[in-house]
Amino acid sequence: MRLSTFAAPSRFYALAGVLMPWLWAAAALLAAAGLWIGFFVAPTDATQGEAYRIIFIHVPAAWMSMLVYLAMAGWAAVGWMLNARMASMLARALAPTGALFTFIALWTGSFWGKPTWGTWWVWDARLTSELILLFLYLGFIALVEAIDDPRRGDKAGALLAIVGAVNVPIIYFSVRWWNTLHQGATVSLTSAPKMASTMLTAMLLMTFAFWAYAIAVAFSRSRAIVLEREAHADWVRGIAHGGRA
Amino acid sequence: MSWNSTSEFFSMGGYALYVWGAYGVTALLMAVEPLLAARRRRRALEQARIAADAEPRA
Amino acid sequence: MRDIFLAVYARDLRLALRRRIEALLPLGFFVVAASLFPLGVGPEPQTLRDIAPGIVWVCALLAAMLSVTQLYAGDFADGSLEQMLLTGHGATVIAAAKAAAHWSVTGLPVVVAAPLVGLLFGMSAASLAALTFSLLLGTPVLSLLGALGAALTLGLRSAGVLIVLLVLPLSIPALIFGSGAVAAVDGGQSPQAHYSLLGALLILTTLTAVPATAAALRISLE
Repeated sequence: MRLSTFAAPSRFYALAGVLMPWLWAAAALLAAAGLWIGFFVAPTDATQGEAYRIIFIHVPAAWMSMLVYLAMAGWAAVGWMLNARMASMLARALAPTGALFTFIALWTGSFWGKPTWGTWWVWDARLTSELILLFLYLGFIALVEAIDDPRRGDKAGALLAIVGAVNVPIIYFSVRWWNTLHQGATVSLTSAPKMASTMLTAMLLMTFAFWAYAIAVAFSRSRAIVLEREAHADWVRGIAHGGRA
Repeated sequence: MSWNSTSEFFSMGGYALYVWGAYGVTALLMAVEPLLAARRRRRALEQARIAADAEPRA
Repeated sequence: MRDIFLAVYARDLRLALRRRIEALLPLGFFVVAASLFPLGVGPEPQTLRDIAPGIVWVCALLAAMLSVTQLYAGDFADGSLEQMLLTGHGATVIAAAKAAAHWSVTGLPVVVAAPLVGLLFGMSAASLAALTFSLLLGTPVLSLLGALGAALTLGLRSAGVLIVLLVLPLSIPALIFGSGAVAAVDGGQSPQAHYSLLGALLILTTLTAVPATAAALRISLE
């Protein structure tokens, strides 16, 4: 069975439906393991006390926010270059999840920063870049939603996502440059506590948990998008009329 | 890491607001997002059914 | 190819000159918006001098974005944009020419007006020079990015606000390097590094945004 058979929306719909329960199970198990180690095995941090435990969701969320953007841009590019609308639909499905992770990274970063550095927001390079990444996600979502013609929306979104992806290193570099110029806060949220191996393990487990979650939600949303876009297809009608959903 | 009591666990060394504020909102969002996606799928199915019923079957 | 570029460029300039008031609206916005800040922040001279580079730069950025929908709107409405692309002369040349025209009509006046606005903030002569030069390098970047945004959102209802949301994050490096150059001069340091980065950004943007804009035009007009 070739991978490209799943370029057909009907087959992707079925495959996603089959995989989702396993993905949810994996996410739950990995999260349980990660949180157990994070709260019951990893020791208290010498300088930051218990507040540092936010790291177990802050860092995975930040990593996922960047990974999902790359996946989104990648699938959008595939959809554009190979004229495969299923890939474009998957890109659209990934966007809100990526934006959510970005928001979670910002929120948890803020709640970590307040007890550690004293303010709810710090204009350090990483947090500022996360904020800009959120804007990039919102821009992508706004653009594709504003365009009525689905294929034009797919391609325009792909172009925007690629431009964004190319710009992210430039933006990150310029924000770091800006940060070093205005040497106000000499501490940044990136100076995490020295990592005991248990802390690292918990963080990695949570990252994989978030990864499984992201795929599961993206699959779920892409199934919805497929039904919306392919509403006139026979196979959709079959399902709508009480066939196997 | 051994907590001496559940209340010690919940107080998180005095940082309860921050730790549970962060984890709580995260958990909430990651519970709501899948529900919204599922609801979107159900609605799309409903729309497809309505559209199919409206058109005379060729 | 150069003839096409010059023809489209000259045409856009002529069209802008026919509606001189409309063409100067972004400039008016730039001046008015920048003038609002002292009113909001207070007239303390040192404060104003500190915030001036950032404010002037952000207002230049916004002014560039506001006028960018006009780039293609007229030609799109009467179908001549499609005709231009159909001639096969390359959407790239057309995209480049229109971005250049936008800069000439919107960016260049802002560069000229910037020293005057800078005086409102009590900037020193050296800072004013740095401000003008940084905007000279930076406003073309803004025009190029704005042109890309306009091409992506061609014909959409909420194009104006959408362009702002799409393009502003991408303009942040220019903003940082540009206002940073002025801040460096203010602080008695050399702005050389900032100018170099701004120049590199201009070259990079020209080489990437123009083909991207051409692709966006083709996507929007299919």
